[in-house]
Amino acid sequence: MTGWQMLFYKEVMRFWRVVGQTVGGPVLTAMLYLLIFGHALESHVKVYGQVSYTAFLVPGLAMMSLLQNAFANSSSSLITSKVMGNLVFLLLTPLSYWNWFVAYVGASILRGLVVAVGVFVVALFFTDVSFVAPVWIVVFALMGAALMGALGLIAGLYSEKFEQLAAFQNFIVMPMTFLSGVFYSIHSLPPFWQAVSHVNPFFYVIDGFRYGFFGVSDVSPWLSLGVVGSTMAVVSLAALYLLRIGYHLRS
Amino acid sequence: MPAISFQSVSKSYPSPRGSQSGSFLALDGVSLDIEEGEFFGLLGPNGAGKTTLITILAGLAKASSGRVSVLGSDVLTDYAAARRKLGVVPQELVFDPFFNVREALRFQSGYFGVKHNDAWIDELLDSLGLTDKAHVNMRALSGGMKRRVLVGLALVHKPRVIVLDEPTAGVDVELRQTLWAFIAKLNQQGSTVLLTTHYLEEAEALCGRIAMLKQGRVVALDSTSALLRAASGNVLQFKIDSELPPSLKAGARVTGRVVQYPATDALAIERYLAAAREAGLTLQDIEIRRADLEDVFLEVMKRQSPANPSEQQVAV
Repeated sequence: MTGWQMLFYKEVMRFWRVVGQTVGGPVLTAMLYLLIFGHALESHVKVYGQVSYTAFLVPGLAMMSLLQNAFANSSSSLITSKVMGNLVFLLLTPLSYWNWFVAYVGASILRGLVVAVGVFVVALFFTDVSFVAPVWIVVFALMGAALMGALGLIAGLYSEKFEQLAAFQNFIVMPMTFLSGVFYSIHSLPPFWQAVSHVNPFFYVIDGFRYGFFGVSDVSPWLSLGVVGSTMAVVSLAALYLLRIGYHLRS
Repeated sequence: MPAISFQSVSKSYPSPRGSQSGSFLALDGVSLDIEEGEFFGLLGPNGAGKTTLITILAGLAKASSGRVSVLGSDVLTDYAAARRKLGVVPQELVFDPFFNVREALRFQSGYFGVKHNDAWIDELLDSLGLTDKAHVNMRALSGGMKRRVLVGLALVHKPRVIVLDEPTAGVDVELRQTLWAFIAKLNQQGSTVLLTTHYLEEAEALCGRIAMLKQGRVVALDSTSALLRAASGNVLQFKIDSELPPSLKAGARVTGRVVQYPATDALAIERYLAAAREAGLTLQDIEIRRADLEDVFLEVMKRQSPANPSEQQVAV
């Protein structure tokens, strides 16, 4: 194994050792959403004309869990190592900033995907899931996870205390993932909130992802690809820059 | 090519909020070359800049000015090569609570790109007395055991230059001896060792050459034997049960019941003893000994009191 592979492996082991907490917990949460919202709204709401509400909800929940867990992985790993002080072991190594980026974001992607697959497996007990365009599903899953892994890296680098990271999570990640069309098609929103949703990059991640399941979406998947791709690029570049200058790492 | 080269290294930190001056100068133009194979001691009181110098060497902090290199590799422009040659034992007792001792060593080895390193890891575990702790989670280890793991982590990629930042702070006698035997062996095999410590008897016993830092500057730099020779010679030492009278306090170093006077010749010793007799003191365990590194250290630190302490604070 080369240096970055070892760091990637270590980061994967870090969440895998506590898999109940890092994968089991989020899957259970998603299941509760599915159970409660699905049951409460199933008979009242049809989306895109023919899709049942529970079926509509599944990809959104899977993507929301994927995004939140990809973010949690890189950010909590970094902040824990900082607070514990053991980040020094990494800082003493010849690993380059690219190595750090690939390893941390790679492990975040993996955790996001594992959680998303877990949500699907559970969802299969509640409803049928269709996979109309699997390539889009994979593309948006990977890009969404990479985007959040990189954003988590930035949050982890920025934060010096757990409270700062919690603020990031509660006031940025949670609202943006919730208000992205997980629970509804944005066409059911008043015009103002529709417009607001259109500036939220997570809306495009979820909309494009959902296109892969139903072949129907609020906007073209190509537009979503463009928005998500450029957001991912900007966030990744920012994360790489912070790693390169050793922001909050090397004084 | 020196093993470690510091060239005019300065480091200033922004002053804490609310203070008057612009910045605090932790290192002030430190120049120092440590040759390959040396066992080098870096001494100085708390806040002298020892750890700052080491964090710059290790790439954990950047110098405000000056250059630092390890066996010819600049720690900034050629950091990967510099860090491969360098093994640093940090001062803080830090650990990763997710993994056991062997895993931690394997990961660290992997970060340096060293493959198939289990034979060396086994040797490290054995030399550090950690073999039976190899599968114990880091969280469950005592402080002394954690310290051993830190040493192992620093050596896992077989660095040619080893830096120990106060490795024996709060460590029991047994571990100190194990540790020094091991480090001395590595030094004999050709590794360069840079040590900071507050235990001056350790530095005297181990280090061939010593630099003393005070307020960010090198105030003494010589071989240990030359430093000892240059010291005032002898020390008169005795114990007392009562308070030392004011007339005897000049020049005295008092540690609990022990009183010590640096003395250049027999006349000085006689004078101190006569003064003690006149004061009616009962002296016990009277001893005249050669000055040791602690005496040298105290003398150097006293002599080098800066004429103008405020020059340490520079405005930016």
